Amino acid sequence: MEHIRLPKVERVQLLDRGSSRRAQVGTLYLTASHTIFVDNETEVCSEIWVLHSLVCNVEKQSVTAFGYPLLIQCKNFQVIQLIIPQENDCNDVLMSLLRLSRAKRYEELYCFSFKPNIDKAERDQAWDFIDLRAEYSRMGVPNKLWHVSPINREYRVCDTYPTDLFVPKSATLPVIVGSSKFRSRGRFPTLSYYCKETQAAICRSSQPLSGFSARCLEDEQMLEAIMKSNPGSRFMYVVDTRPKLNAMANRATGKGYESEDNYTNIKFQFIGIENIHVMRNSQQKLIEVSDLRSPSMGEFLLGLENSDWLKHIQTILTAGKFISKAVAEEGVSVLVHCSDGWDRTAQVCSVACILLDPYYRTLKGFMGTYLCDRMAFPYRYSHLDEDPKEVSPVIDQFLECVWQLMEQFPCAFEYNERFLISIHNHIHSCQYGNFVCNSEKERKDLGIREKTHSLWPHMWKNKSDFVNPLFRPDHSQTQGVLRPLTTPYCFKFWRGLYNHFDRGLHPRQSVLDCLMAVKEETQQLEELLAHCPENYSDLPASKHPLKLFKAHLSSANSPQDYTGGILSTGPKDWPVQQRETESTELSLFGDATKSSDPDNSDQESGVADFSCHSSSGGDSFPSEDSVKDADSDEAAFNTA
Amino acid sequence: MEFAELIKTPRVDGVVLHRPFLPTVEGTLCLTGHHLILSSRQDNTEELWLLHSNIDAIEKRFIGSLGTIIVKCKDLRIIQLDIPGMEECLNIASSIEALSTLDSVSLMYPFFYRPMFEVIEDGWHLFSPEEAFKDLESMTDEWRLSEVNKDFTVCPSYPSLVTVPKDIDDDTLCKAAAFRHGGRFPVLSYYHKKNGMVMMRAGQPLTGTNGRRCKEDEKLINATLRAGKRGYIIDTRTIAVAQQAKARGGGFEQEANYPQWRRIHKAIERSNILQESLIKLVEACNDQSNSMDRWLSKLEASNWQSHVKEILTTACLAAQCIDRSGASVLVHGTEGTDSTLQVTSLAQIILEPACRTIRGFQALVEREWLQAGHPFQQRCAQSAYSNGKPRSEAPVFLLFLDCVWQILRQFPCSFQFNEHFLITLFEHAYASQFGTFLGNSAAESRVKLKLSRKTVSLWSWVNRPQELERFVNPLYEPNSLVIWPSVAPQSLLLWEGVFLRWNRSTKFLDEAYEEMVHIIEYNKELQNKVNSLRRQLAQLETEDSPLQTP
Repeated sequence: MEHIRLPKVERVQLLDRGSSRRAQVGTLYLTASHTIFVDNETEVCSEIWVLHSLVCNVEKQSVTAFGYPLLIQCKNFQVIQLIIPQENDCNDVLMSLLRLSRAKRYEELYCFSFKPNIDKAERDQAWDFIDLRAEYSRMGVPNKLWHVSPINREYRVCDTYPTDLFVPKSATLPVIVGSSKFRSRGRFPTLSYYCKETQAAICRSSQPLSGFSARCLEDEQMLEAIMKSNPGSRFMYVVDTRPKLNAMANRATGKGYESEDNYTNIKFQFIGIENIHVMRNSQQKLIEVSDLRSPSMGEFLLGLENSDWLKHIQTILTAGKFISKAVAEEGVSVLVHCSDGWDRTAQVCSVACILLDPYYRTLKGFMGTYLCDRMAFPYRYSHLDEDPKEVSPVIDQFLECVWQLMEQFPCAFEYNERFLISIHNHIHSCQYGNFVCNSEKERKDLGIREKTHSLWPHMWKNKSDFVNPLFRPDHSQTQGVLRPLTTPYCFKFWRGLYNHFDRGLHPRQSVLDCLMAVKEETQQLEELLAHCPENYSDLPASKHPLKLFKAHLSSANSPQDYTGGILSTGPKDWPVQQRETESTELSLFGDATKSSDPDNSDQESGVADFSCHSSSGGDSFPSEDSVKDADSDEAAFNTA
Repeated sequence: MEFAELIKTPRVDGVVLHRPFLPTVEGTLCLTGHHLILSSRQDNTEELWLLHSNIDAIEKRFIGSLGTIIVKCKDLRIIQLDIPGMEECLNIASSIEALSTLDSVSLMYPFFYRPMFEVIEDGWHLFSPEEAFKDLESMTDEWRLSEVNKDFTVCPSYPSLVTVPKDIDDDTLCKAAAFRHGGRFPVLSYYHKKNGMVMMRAGQPLTGTNGRRCKEDEKLINATLRAGKRGYIIDTRTIAVAQQAKARGGGFEQEANYPQWRRIHKAIERSNILQESLIKLVEACNDQSNSMDRWLSKLEASNWQSHVKEILTTACLAAQCIDRSGASVLVHGTEGTDSTLQVTSLAQIILEPACRTIRGFQALVEREWLQAGHPFQQRCAQSAYSNGKPRSEAPVFLLFLDCVWQILRQFPCSFQFNEHFLITLFEHAYASQFGTFLGNSAAESRVKLKLSRKTVSLWSWVNRPQELERFVNPLYEPNSLVIWPSVAPQSLLLWEGVFLRWNRSTKFLDEAYEEMVHIIEYNKELQNKVNSLRRQLAQLETEDSPLQTP
């Protein structure tokens, strides 16, 4: 609270950058957790809620005739442009936001103050929603070759690893300890994925401290043990995900990579994924491209090319494909590492898992990989106001790889694009404790389990929003290993994420929404037919779900600026007409939502997004956030 | 001329065929007057029947006595034939070359094709100017159907009947025609029922360097304006290009002479640039050795997507003038047979829900392309593999279809037809057993070639119930609104269904489409069940009620 210099500013203008509609005028509120803009002009009260934790940049721009513009950029790629009438107010808002959006301690993160209305038992249960042990036993470990080693109890060997680690049974404690001493940050090779069918494994570690010539007998024995835990194979792959040049440079600092001369029966391979600094710059360029206001086709495509972003995605997916092929087709185990073994390694292993195992293409399974891969071996998220050089888009890239796969295999995933975007949002918003901290140890020390809530049960509860209607567990596309194409033209710009908030750029009718509505109605019809015949008179007059989409369509349907301001009758003349059509459609749409999904009413009440909603209500995560915590925030809102 | 003279070797045995996504087939290659046929004479292997007119280019290669012919088709497919024997190979190659570049239209396959199906509804008689005018008459009495062009002398590229303002007599039309490129005087293209505004199209005015004017032309287009209203002239060329046209006798409407009109210049490229763009795009798509950088930079350099964006933007602008600004619009470029038609037809897709149905789209293609004098024969003589300087080939119609596909992607529930329908039209525009796209104008096709008597219409085939089924969009729900597409680069995609069709398998995408169809059909089935139960119940209740009342 002490950071809020000004809780309320009136007559603030909100510019809609996407369309030629005129600015909304309203009141700006700052609360402990959110920036809220309330439009007080239109009858349909519209609000925008932005979590402070999502804000990555606030900038004051040069003064205009209307006042002092403030640009707020968010980690979920939302950009908000405000114009504040008074300079002092603008400065106060700026200073407050700068402080509020940069947590200095973990305890300042939103997840520590987010209190949904559930009791302690429920919360504990929520954290147990996904069980790591069960996850491994599904894979088929422990078994006669792999077991859980007690070696990292109390994080004695490696404080960035979890306590429970799977290693080959044949690797003795001295071998593991020796190996860990020879690996950067003590991150010795440990199991990431086990393939029951071929007995091949994906293991991961950090780089060896080999320098120019150093060897470590225990580390060599450790790899030997991994290789031998796959009885059928005579060799294993060691995949260094870095470009060769980077790995060689590391040798000068006493680190490096495995030499085929010293390690018997390994085949060594560089993959060439760039480091986080390169990736960060690349993503920055991509964001700039997606942010261009009415670019020409040439500007957009050149910008896309110059960002190199799709090239990086291609490399990561190619690496994942290599590993999945080794494990599933060749039956050969793979050890994956980069430098510290937590960015590229985790990314590539996760992609390989998605390709290998249909389970990870289900909702529950995806949450499973998440727990196994991201939480137990986390990426470094930058939720604190720390060195911006360590911020990295690895997780964004992983999610994008999954999205690119969905584009190639539309029936293979139980979850949909909305699910990925929602997870992306949650990773950055810190509303839930799942993505906070960098290691299991840190999480225990902070009491994440006791003090914050888990995202997964929340997502599971709303899973109807996240299900891909084309998914069928028995479909041939769903089964087995995915073999994606990696030719350049298979990779597309992910408009759904990078331009998520630019409503005008998206298809005006969504096939996803449409099929979801049809399936929902089908389910109701099935239930009706399955139950007794006396019920069928209760069914509301059958209304084809496609009809709902007319409403959905037109609420987003207005012309872009095709003219470059040529037409003398400009946008000024339109809103009246527009509002007419919109209001009728809103009521249509309201009916539709109610008839199709009565349980969604709580979501409707707090509709806070300025853009229009899909009928399913879960489309737009800002509203979801703002609605879910409406209780806690209402209080803050009032006191402010 | 006999085809036999052109066929040097009618058949070769032991030919191996390589096709995208299909196993190689060995069999006998036969050449007929119109087809290249490869038959394995085995029951369950697919045979190849390729129209010679579908062949865009061929290449020959020899390794020893084994010859290889690479056949590049106008639908962008590339197939390979391995032919044993150098002489046979050379003979086949030169025969194909001769047969695929026949000069005489009357030798084309449509004149020889006999349908294997019964023509229930003759496509040649489905869409006549009279029919369209009847619809117009029901909305307004401000227009008339003029016979001024009944013998195609006033304007060779117009149909015999055109719709013009009621108050303008044929004499005025003739004078205006003399002032417009190719005699294409302004005619009605579209009447917007909602507000009575209209879209007209024409050729460029022949102002020349000394600023010639034509009172009749001014009178003609002013007659389309309501009292006190202004209109917009959309010139599809940049101002610079329009200026240059003056030197060749063309030009644009001067403000001084057309004070009630405001001129807007757009930048839709001319046909030879579009053809070059297509060639570059297809080359980029076919190059399997591309790195990501090279792919994106070639895609950009082809400019194809820029053309799509520009055409779509211009069409949106025209639609916006009509629907949002309540103004009438006149569209022209140079000849008024290419970019003009792209704009007027796309604007109608945006404004008029009927154009988004299968039947309505056929009517649109008939009205705004075939009868409006788009020179299909010239434009579609060669496709993306043509080498050598393009003469008058240009993917004008393909770009139009691409733009329609973009709108379809953005409004997937608002079109009665699916992507497959658009691809089918693309194929038939370039090579077909049907006569619909033959000739360059109504005068040529209807009168000179007697197409309607001598060939079968594509629509006769498309509208058969069993074919129609494949073109129906399962998501379609009539949408009476104007649909405004986004023209931002992020919203415009590469039309993979055409340009990557032969480069990557679409198995998984096809499965997804089938699944979608299944979901919707199952839903309809259940709805029918519930409705019939409900009817039964209602019936029972009415039967029961008298008994229950004491």
